[in-house]
Amino acid sequence: MSRRTVEIGAHDSSVAAPVLGPVGQVCQLARLDELVSWARRNSLWPLTFGLACCAIEMMASAASRFDLARFGAEVFRASPRQADVMIVAGRVSTKIGPVLRQIYDQMPNPKWVIAMGACASSGGVYNNYAIIQGVDQIVPVDVYVPGCPPSPDALIYGIIKLQEQIRTGPSGRLLDLSPTLRA
Amino acid sequence: MPSTLRDTFEPIARGMALTLKHYVGMLVARKQNLVTVQYPEERREQFARTRWRHYLTRYENGLEKCIGCSLCAGACPARCIYVDASENTDAERYSPGERYARRYEINMLRCIFCGYCQEACPTGAIALRKDFELADHERRDFLYTKEMLLEPMPPRSGRKAPAVTSRSGPEVIAAP
Repeated sequence: MSRRTVEIGAHDSSVAAPVLGPVGQVCQLARLDELVSWARRNSLWPLTFGLACCAIEMMASAASRFDLARFGAEVFRASPRQADVMIVAGRVSTKIGPVLRQIYDQMPNPKWVIAMGACASSGGVYNNYAIIQGVDQIVPVDVYVPGCPPSPDALIYGIIKLQEQIRTGPSGRLLDLSPTLRA
Repeated sequence: MPSTLRDTFEPIARGMALTLKHYVGMLVARKQNLVTVQYPEERREQFARTRWRHYLTRYENGLEKCIGCSLCAGACPARCIYVDASENTDAERYSPGERYARRYEINMLRCIFCGYCQEACPTGAIALRKDFELADHERRDFLYTKEMLLEPMPPRSGRKAPAVTSRSGPEVIAAP
């Protein structure tokens, strides 16, 4: 994509501050991919993937006391086709593992995964044959949130970390749609 | 037809009026009446016994409280603590007792923050405090080593020189 045409004026790309345009009026300047990344990180639609007690804290983080809507992430979607980020909240058994992978595959790119809690991140206390020892064995995880369960503000901190990653990382670019780039 | 229009738009107007009422009410509400915690900018007060990130604490003279007994590792239901103990010498003294933890590692992803390690510790070396911002991107960053867990040294003004101490506690037997 032609980057030359969109870099109109000198600006600090990290803050979308109003800059004086060529004709003197206040206008907003941003490189197109930064604009897209800005839109992506401020409208993260999570997929409801509550598997255990962590889901209660995930619901609490969307409620009014913590209000995930302040980060544009309040629209919990039941359909993977409409979701951007999968919050795996709870222990992942070997039985739900293939289901989780299929639902992850059904999500459109770009997509991100948050492993919420000890069980989703590493298996936690359930070090046995029935529980997958970390959801990163089946899907690529972007942010791990430790805790048992993590409090809503700890989850929100994880979401802020993810927004930071989208802002700085390669997945913020417009044409980088392949999840393999995220290694 | 007019009644149909009325039936259509009157409930909408009534509903939007309710929304507007709450919106204006929120704008004029006093700060203490608002329920939402504006998290990254301001923090809610954590409960008194909240358990989050572990710290390895020190005595006032700077010596580590941990004596490397591995009782925390034994009490841990998630088996996420690893302790490798070693002997103190007079030249290299880390803790008051005979032994100290040469390596002390906690896998923060395994940890369920139950606080059993804190309960099991005979010297009160490990403490779970209220830092909840632990989320990170890489799995390997969650293996907290002793250097990460250990408290910083107390300021030099309040610190006494490491003296000869008793085997089990911080009581000074002989000043240097």
